[in-house]
Amino acid sequence: MTELTLVEAVTRALAWEMNADPAVIVLGEDVGLNGGVFRATAGLQERFGTQRVIDTPLAETLIAGMSVGMAAEHLKPVAEIQFMGFIYPTIDHILSHAGRLRTRTRGRLTCPMVLRAAFGGGIHAPEHHSESTEALFAHIPGIRVVIPSSPARAYGLLLAAIRDPDPVVFLEPKRLYRMLKQPVADDGEALPLDVCFVLREGTDLTLVSWGAMIVETLAAADRLAAEGISAEVIDVATIAPLDIDSILESVARTGRCVIVHEAARNNGVGAEIAAELADKGLLSLLAPVARVTGYDTIMPLYQLENDYLPDTARIVAAARQTLEVT
Amino acid sequence: MTPSDHDTTRPAAARAVASFEICHTQYLDAEGAVLHPLPAFAREPKSLIPLYRRMVLARVFDAKCISLQRTGQLGTYSSGLGQEATMATIGHTMQPEDVLLPSYRETAAQLARGVRMTEILLYWGGDERGSNFAVPTRDFPVCVPVATHALHAVGVAYAMQYRAEPRVAVCVHGDGATSKGDFYEAMNIAGVRQLPVVFVVSNNQWAISTPRRAQSAAATLAQKAIAAGIDGEQVDGNDAIAMRDCMERALTKARTGGGPHLIEALTYRLGDHTTVDDAKRYRDEGEVEAAWQREPVRRLRQFLAREAGWTDDDEARLQTECAAQVEQAVAEYRAVPPQPPEAMFDYLFATLPIRLRAQREEVLQRGRHHD
Repeated sequence: MTELTLVEAVTRALAWEMNADPAVIVLGEDVGLNGGVFRATAGLQERFGTQRVIDTPLAETLIAGMSVGMAAEHLKPVAEIQFMGFIYPTIDHILSHAGRLRTRTRGRLTCPMVLRAAFGGGIHAPEHHSESTEALFAHIPGIRVVIPSSPARAYGLLLAAIRDPDPVVFLEPKRLYRMLKQPVADDGEALPLDVCFVLREGTDLTLVSWGAMIVETLAAADRLAAEGISAEVIDVATIAPLDIDSILESVARTGRCVIVHEAARNNGVGAEIAAELADKGLLSLLAPVARVTGYDTIMPLYQLENDYLPDTARIVAAARQTLEVT
Repeated sequence: MTPSDHDTTRPAAARAVASFEICHTQYLDAEGAVLHPLPAFAREPKSLIPLYRRMVLARVFDAKCISLQRTGQLGTYSSGLGQEATMATIGHTMQPEDVLLPSYRETAAQLARGVRMTEILLYWGGDERGSNFAVPTRDFPVCVPVATHALHAVGVAYAMQYRAEPRVAVCVHGDGATSKGDFYEAMNIAGVRQLPVVFVVSNNQWAISTPRRAQSAAATLAQKAIAAGIDGEQVDGNDAIAMRDCMERALTKARTGGGPHLIEALTYRLGDHTTVDDAKRYRDEGEVEAAWQREPVRRLRQFLAREAGWTDDDEARLQTECAAQVEQAVAEYRAVPPQPPEAMFDYLFATLPIRLRAQREEVLQRGRHHD
């Protein structure tokens, strides 16, 4: 089994599915000869040609809107937006069309497209390159929002996203692109969408996270383990539609929950999870649900980005505070 | 400062590197008299009768839709009154396997494509099933966010080109849409990729209350194509012969690998923007009266009366037939049983996610809402 970084796993998944299905078309800015600004599409144009790996004009609305049309006409576009900071012009097409097409035609036209984007902070990128605004997309009916947190999950979840008959926004935590390598079987096996992944079993509390924050969350679980505290770690992975049942099941056993996300707290996905825990899991809670998140500020330029981003110490502190409630 | 305050003399070192011209096509004058030698298809004037029938049906249906809205039997509706030649011709000239991407004033084009009046009534009557056309199966539903469908059209055209199919995507929108970025972005890539797409700007002179002159300082909207490196031309959109001539040329060109085309069809919105609009608040009645003198249905009827022996009896018979067809469609529309409320969940995804099952169950248990 080859050891791959997360970005290499993305490339492998794209190559596998393009080879298996001629309807799969990659499009975006600089995705061709250049292989994408993060090299996620490296070598694909050479292998599959300029008809299947399209260097688009510099126009994000175009990338999303054209994908809707392609998908409605039986192609499977996988569009790349270089950075989440440039994704906002696509929202009109994701919200007004991609998510609605099946509903408004009663299934006559569908929209099996994937919109990929690199997101999140921590790589000292320029302004507009570090935000985590996944909650904007999680609020939109009719689409899935999927976030991998390891090379293996990037591979399996991206295959699932491309094969899914409905639109998927696939957000890739760019801090993890080259952070670690992991053996990934390039076997075309997809992972399931709409379910959480339990990365570590535990009994004393449940840590819920996704994306790049999984690294800090797992490190926090290690540190807590050294203190004799057993933390369960759940990677939500598909943040919409949310697999709340798995989280409820875990919290029913542990009684305590800390939600960790890089995005701002206000109206974040963590708020939805906390509300569901209050609604359906209140009687199993032994302590208030805690959230460790980015602040409700503008994402600072990189000098201050590590002050913005949750770190292991903040997660451990929140966990301890949660455990102190008796 | 006025433009004349600036020195506009071209420096000796500068030379023209691009220039363009925009052509305007018109065959019939406002009274239906022939101004120029007709294109081949019109040399047998009777061959225009099927198109005329579509235009009349569209007008009769349009009037019915307004009266249904006024009597609470239809939701807000946007009338296509005055644009029948542009719209019916679009649907009339396309091939069944082509794809129409309409905005919300293109009912006559949809009818000519084979969309059923009952379906159109369902859509404007607030029922999603109205966009589940029996035919044409690949056509897009009405696009409400202005100009967004221009980008869907290039995606559809890309799929056609990729599979080497001799099909064309036809995107129709108004003059207001030409101010939006989506329109430019779509034409731009259509030019780069030489996509089989025809953009029709139905320039009815008004975008709700905003007149054409306030949309753009460009002399024509057709010339917006030039900047994208694609062909643009202007046509009298109230002249069915000119419109058909332009559409057929553009469709053939796109279908045979000649690339995209933009047609600016000059027409006029004789009605309000929608049934909840009152154009009298912003539009001079004199302008509307003048526009009625150029309206397309009367113009083609006068041509047919002069050149194809179309009689008052023919006209009366056609009006009766159209009224009967419309009444039949309205009866069918009224007889369609309502959707169950849980239908709002049933087409959201291919398979309803677990997360949404409880909400669907709640709606199912509550049953249909009654005020």
